[in-house]
Amino acid sequence: MNILCAGISHRSATVDIREKFAVGPHELEQALTRIRGIDGLAGAVIVSTCNRVEYYTASVCPIRVMDGLRGYLQDRTGGIDAPLYTHESPASVRHLFRVASGLDSMVIGETEILGQLKQAYAAATAFGATTRHLNKLFQHAFRVAKQVRSETQITRGSTSVGSVAVDLAGKIFGDLNGRTVMMLGAGEISERTARSFVSRGIGTVIVTNRTFERAARLAEEIGGAAVHFDDWHNALDKVDILICSTAAPHPVVTREKLEPLLKRRNDRPLFIIDLAVPRDAEASVNDLENVYLYDIDSLEEIVRQSLEVRRAEVVRCEKMIDQHVSEYVAWMRNHISFLT
Amino acid sequence: MDRILLTAATFCLLLSFGYTLFALGAGRYRPGRVNLVAILGGFVILTLDLWSRGHAQGSCPINSLFDVLVFMCWSTLLIYLVIGPAYHLSLLGAFTSPLVFLVLLFAQLGPVGPAAHGRFDHDPWTELHAALSLVAYGAFALAAVAGLMYLVQDRQLKTRRAGALLYNLPPIADLGVANARLIGLGFGLLTAGFAAGFAAGHISGVHVHSVKFVASIFIWAGYGGILVLRRIRRLPPRRTAEASMLVFCVALFALPAIQYLSSSK
Repeated sequence: MNILCAGISHRSATVDIREKFAVGPHELEQALTRIRGIDGLAGAVIVSTCNRVEYYTASVCPIRVMDGLRGYLQDRTGGIDAPLYTHESPASVRHLFRVASGLDSMVIGETEILGQLKQAYAAATAFGATTRHLNKLFQHAFRVAKQVRSETQITRGSTSVGSVAVDLAGKIFGDLNGRTVMMLGAGEISERTARSFVSRGIGTVIVTNRTFERAARLAEEIGGAAVHFDDWHNALDKVDILICSTAAPHPVVTREKLEPLLKRRNDRPLFIIDLAVPRDAEASVNDLENVYLYDIDSLEEIVRQSLEVRRAEVVRCEKMIDQHVSEYVAWMRNHISFLT
Repeated sequence: MDRILLTAATFCLLLSFGYTLFALGAGRYRPGRVNLVAILGGFVILTLDLWSRGHAQGSCPINSLFDVLVFMCWSTLLIYLVIGPAYHLSLLGAFTSPLVFLVLLFAQLGPVGPAAHGRFDHDPWTELHAALSLVAYGAFALAAVAGLMYLVQDRQLKTRRAGALLYNLPPIADLGVANARLIGLGFGLLTAGFAAGFAAGHISGVHVHSVKFVASIFIWAGYGGILVLRRIRRLPPRRTAEASMLVFCVALFALPAIQYLSSSK
């Protein structure tokens, strides 16, 4: 029995090619039925995400099955000359383990792919398209992914400015439920960051902008309240997280302005996320007690550090995966099957 | 037997401390079972050690400087095991183990060994006073540890360092709360210990050395002052953390002197 993998991913094909290969949930049953008709193919799992479309098959005649798969894909895509990669076991086994662990993802260590693999496997099982070898392979892959994530730092840190800001807020306040965010300026990036906070259960969002109508519109969209720009400092007593993104040429949040306001806050921390260029907050406000100021450069630096840590962990992950590939291949040798 | 148990407890804490240093050095520390098991092991062994010496001395085993230090280590571990999980302060163990390890090591290497027999003539008020006071010191030790963690996390956040510590230390707001509450707990226990001490003086006629009394009042007032200033918002969390560490250091150095005076009365 051989495990074959054929597919395209973000590494080999652009999105305009990938979208032609994509298999939607409504087409899955038909696609599985179709490829199961390929001579010599015992079972299949189709993984179709925005970054990859891959066919994992169990077969006793790899060459015939591979030709059959190529023919099917040619038909399906209207004869696109796609940069299709193909692997036979053990390379296909290693590939799946790497994919499940997030090592082959666009952002190394991302965890969404594992859920997508589980969905693809569950769908193939539901349509009766899997075999004993594929069942064992996917269950092993899920186990590998879990081990890699728990025993290495491949998922450590955040890889976007918005998620870094949310993580830092967690390290300052703990639970974000019931906290208040104020958007000082209604720019696109601050809106995205505010939405990240809303998705994590932030209690209240206050929006202020030089153009009040824009603030009111955004507040309505996010489900918050708008205040006039001249009154932002009066609302600061209740604010835990201040996201600045005005187009002001000079600092809006100055030490002089902030110091008396802090006295009214009963020692509650204030997290300032300054996404504006030129910066809205004076660098010296970070020296104030209970104030934590992060500008766009410092957030991007944390993203860079996280990615570096993840990249450094890849070698450890690969070693773990090698061991699991050997285990799976040994199991395959001991469970030779011609049909299932 | 005592020394074997104590050595085993010290080894458990060294294991926890060493593991933390190694894991942090390798940049992959995650609060986990190793620390908790090592600390729990150390606590159980210390409990056996105290029970064994208490049995031999015929009283609560706090009759020499050695005894006092070991009892204080035990109470620090006890309070950690009670409050650590409640506040999700798993890394508190990583900071507690080196402190307890060093104090245990100092106790073992110091010139004074365990007392051969009890010296309180079974006066329950005096024993209650001493036991409550030492458990209070355990709470203060842990407050100092939480304070240290607060300062480390504050520095990580202020300097924008996204190291392993930032991700593994508890949120700074929780550390501030834990620090203040532990000071409050210690202060309450110390006050109760003082009340028991006064009862010992009035009911049992036990004499208290004046220098010991003044030193104890000074420490009590130090912690009381921190709590009052914190309450009236004159001491921000960072200053509270620093103050709790400072007063604990003073108390730690004063403890041998107090013990010496009380044993030479």
